[in-house]
Amino acid sequence: MLDSHAPYLKYEPYSMKAKEKSQFMVKCLKELTTHHINNCSEYTRILQALGYNDEGIEELADFPFIPVQLFKEFELLSVPRESVVKTMKSSGTTGQTRSQVFLDRATAMAQSKCLANIMASYIGKKRLPMIILDTELAKKDPRMFSARGAGIIGFSMFGRDVFFALDEDMQLREAELKDYLAKHQRERIILFGYTYMIWQYVVKSLRSSGKSLEIPEGVLFHIGGWKKLQAERVSTKVYNEAVRSVCGNLHIHNYYGMAEQLGSVFVECEEGHMHCSVFSDILIRNPRDFSSCKIDEEGLVELLSILPSSYPGHILLTEDWGKILGEDDCPCGRKGKYFELLGRISKAEIRGCSDTYGQ
Amino acid sequence: MIPMGSELIYLAGEEIHEGKPLPPYSDIVCRFLDDFSAEILHDEDCKAYPDIVAVGFWARRGNIKRLKSCLGQEALRIGRGLAFHITPSNIPVQFIFSYMFGLLAGNANIVRVASKDYPQIKLLCTVLDRVLAREEYQVIRSMTAIVRYPRESIWTKEFSAQCQVRLIWGGDETIRNIRECPLPPRAVELTFADRYSVALLNAGAVADAEEQSVQRLAQDFYNDTFLMDQNACSSPQLILWQGDEKKLEGGKERFWLAVKKMAEGRYDFPPIKATSKYSLFCSNAVRFEQTGNLVSEDNLLYRVPLKNISDDLTELRGSFGLFYEYEVKDLKELGTIMNGKMQTVTYYGIDPKALASMVLENGWLGIDRLVPIGKALDLDVIWDGYDIVEEMTRIVDVR
Repeated sequence: MLDSHAPYLKYEPYSMKAKEKSQFMVKCLKELTTHHINNCSEYTRILQALGYNDEGIEELADFPFIPVQLFKEFELLSVPRESVVKTMKSSGTTGQTRSQVFLDRATAMAQSKCLANIMASYIGKKRLPMIILDTELAKKDPRMFSARGAGIIGFSMFGRDVFFALDEDMQLREAELKDYLAKHQRERIILFGYTYMIWQYVVKSLRSSGKSLEIPEGVLFHIGGWKKLQAERVSTKVYNEAVRSVCGNLHIHNYYGMAEQLGSVFVECEEGHMHCSVFSDILIRNPRDFSSCKIDEEGLVELLSILPSSYPGHILLTEDWGKILGEDDCPCGRKGKYFELLGRISKAEIRGCSDTYGQ
Repeated sequence: MIPMGSELIYLAGEEIHEGKPLPPYSDIVCRFLDDFSAEILHDEDCKAYPDIVAVGFWARRGNIKRLKSCLGQEALRIGRGLAFHITPSNIPVQFIFSYMFGLLAGNANIVRVASKDYPQIKLLCTVLDRVLAREEYQVIRSMTAIVRYPRESIWTKEFSAQCQVRLIWGGDETIRNIRECPLPPRAVELTFADRYSVALLNAGAVADAEEQSVQRLAQDFYNDTFLMDQNACSSPQLILWQGDEKKLEGGKERFWLAVKKMAEGRYDFPPIKATSKYSLFCSNAVRFEQTGNLVSEDNLLYRVPLKNISDDLTELRGSFGLFYEYEVKDLKELGTIMNGKMQTVTYYGIDPKALASMVLENGWLGIDRLVPIGKALDLDVIWDGYDIVEEMTRIVDVR
C-alpha cells in the first residue's frame, strides 16, 4: 500500500456510497497505476502496448487491467527485490504453474490490517476463541507456505486460544475438540477453514460417523474454490444446511479473494451477497469487447484493490464469472457494490497446442 | 510380438504380427484408399465434419494417382517395414493422414492417437474398420493398428524398439521425451517439431481486388487461422505486408474489415478465448520489445504492429485471432526471421517463385512451404521439407 493511502485503512469498510466511493477509488488507483508504471517495467510495457494515458481515466472502467495469469508467467515487482519480505505462492493444482506475489512490509501490513478491519465489522474487535478447520501442518510446513498456510496465519490473528480441528492426517480431533468446546461454553466462537476442506474432512466425516458438534454461538468464515463442490452438485444452500446439521446453528460467511489481492476480501453477508469494501471494488466485463457490464449482466470478474503496491496487482482480470447484484442497497445495510459469483469460465473449449502427447 | 495389454486399446485394425512391406503406391493400397474414400464420402455421420470429408477427398483415386506420378521412378523402392506414428492432439484427423502416408509407402503401421476424445477419431476408425473387414483387404488389415494408450505406459518404448521408422508429430517437448525411447540401430525417424508460419500479402493487390475476391480471401484466411484457433504450426502468426505505400493502409484496412466480418457470427468465441488471448497479448508485450500498440475494436480481432523484426520473432505467437503485422519494404529484410523454425508462407498477390528463389540464393534455413492463403492447413505427403512417403521407403539399388 502506498504510504499516502495508509490512513484510509481506518475507514469503516462498508460506509461509502457510490459517488464518493467511485471518486475515492479512481484517485487511489490512478496514484497506484502511476506508481507501478514508475517501478515495474513489465507493467509499463503492457500499458504502453494498450496505449494507456492517465488523462483519459474518468471512471473505474477506464483503467487498464492485467490478466491474473501473468503472475504465473512473470515475477512482477514494483519494489526492489531486497525489500520483499514475503513471497506468496498460489496453492494451484499439481502440474500447474503457480503464481507468485511479492510482498514488501507496507503491502503485507496493509493486507493484515485491512482484513482485520473487514473482519471486525462482522465479529467485533475483541479477540474470540477460534477453531481452524484445518491441520496445523498447513501452517508449519514450509512447503505448504502457500496461500492456504498464509490464509490460516493471517486469519488466526483475530482469535485467541486457536485450536486446529484436524490432525496431520486430516482426521477430526474429536476428543480434543469436545474439550475445547466445553472450555469455551457459552462463548462466541469463530471458525475458519477452506470451503472444500470443510466439506471433505468435517462435514463428510461427521456425517458418516453420525455425530454432530454443538457450537451455538459460532461464526464460520470459509474461503476457496467451489469447483469440486459444483462437481458434487453442492450448492451454497446445500452446503450451509449440511454444515449447520453437523456443527450447530452457525452464522456462515463465505468470502472471496485472490491470492494476488489478499487482505481486501469480499465477504458474503447475511443475505448471501458478496460485498465490496471501501478497499476494493468489482467490475464485470463483457468477454466480447471487455466493456463494463450493468447490474445483473453476467461477465468476467475484474477485481480492484487499493492495497497492492509492491506488485502491480491492483486491477486484475480474473477467469471467474459473475454478476453485480446492486450497489448501496443490500437489505443487510452495507454500502458498496454487492455481487454473485457464478463459477469459473470453462477451459474445455480450448484446443490444446500440438505438444499434447500426454493428453 | 507384443501381447494385447489391458491399457492398450485398438481403435481400428489389429495387433501387427509381421511387418512385411509392400512397394510404395502398390495397387492394393491405392484401391483400398479409394474404397476408404468412398466409404467416408457416403457416410452420413462423416458428412457433418468438413475435416473428415477432406480426408475422403484426399484419399480418392485421382489424388493418389497424382501423388504416385510425383514419386521418383529412377529407383526401386519398397516400404521400410513397420512404421510407428505418434500423432498430435491438436488436429483431430492428423492420425489418419499419417497412417495413409505409411500405407502408401508400403509399411505396416502402428498409429498412436492422443487420448483427447474427438468424435472424428471414433468415426474415422469405425469407417476404417468397415473397409478393413472386407476379405480382399486382409493384407491391409494385418498392416494396421490404430491404438490409444496412456503416455506413462511401456508401449512407446516397446513400439519404438520394434519399428523401422518412427514419426513424431508435434511439439519439441514431445520429441525430446520420445527420443528417450531408443530405436533399433537401422531405424529412421521423421520429426515434426514446433514451427512458425507467416502470411505475406500485397496490400495493393488487396486494395485493387474485386469485392468478391476480397471476400474469398477473407474466408481463406479465416480457414487458415481462426478455424484452428491459430494453433496449427502452419497457421500464420505474423502478417507481412508489401506494396505501394499509397495503397498500404487502404489494402490493410480492407483486408481486416473483411476478415473481421467473416469471423463475426462464425467464430466460436467463449470467454476463455477472450481471456487467453488478452493474456497472451500482455505476455508478448512484456517479452517482445518491438510489439506496438494494440489495434482492436473488440476482442474478436487483435492486430499488433511490430516496430522491427528480429530472429527471436519465431517465438512470437498469436492465438484465437491475435495477429502481429509488419510492413516489408524489401523481401531481403525477411532474412532475419528465416531461421529453421519458419515453415509455411501463405501468400496473396505475391510471386511465390521469387520468394522461393530467395531461399536458395540466400541460404535461408527456413521456409518449407509457399502456398496461397487458404491452403495453410492442407496436409500433404510433402510436409516440413520431407516427402514423407519417400522417406518411409527404402531404395533397392540395382546396377
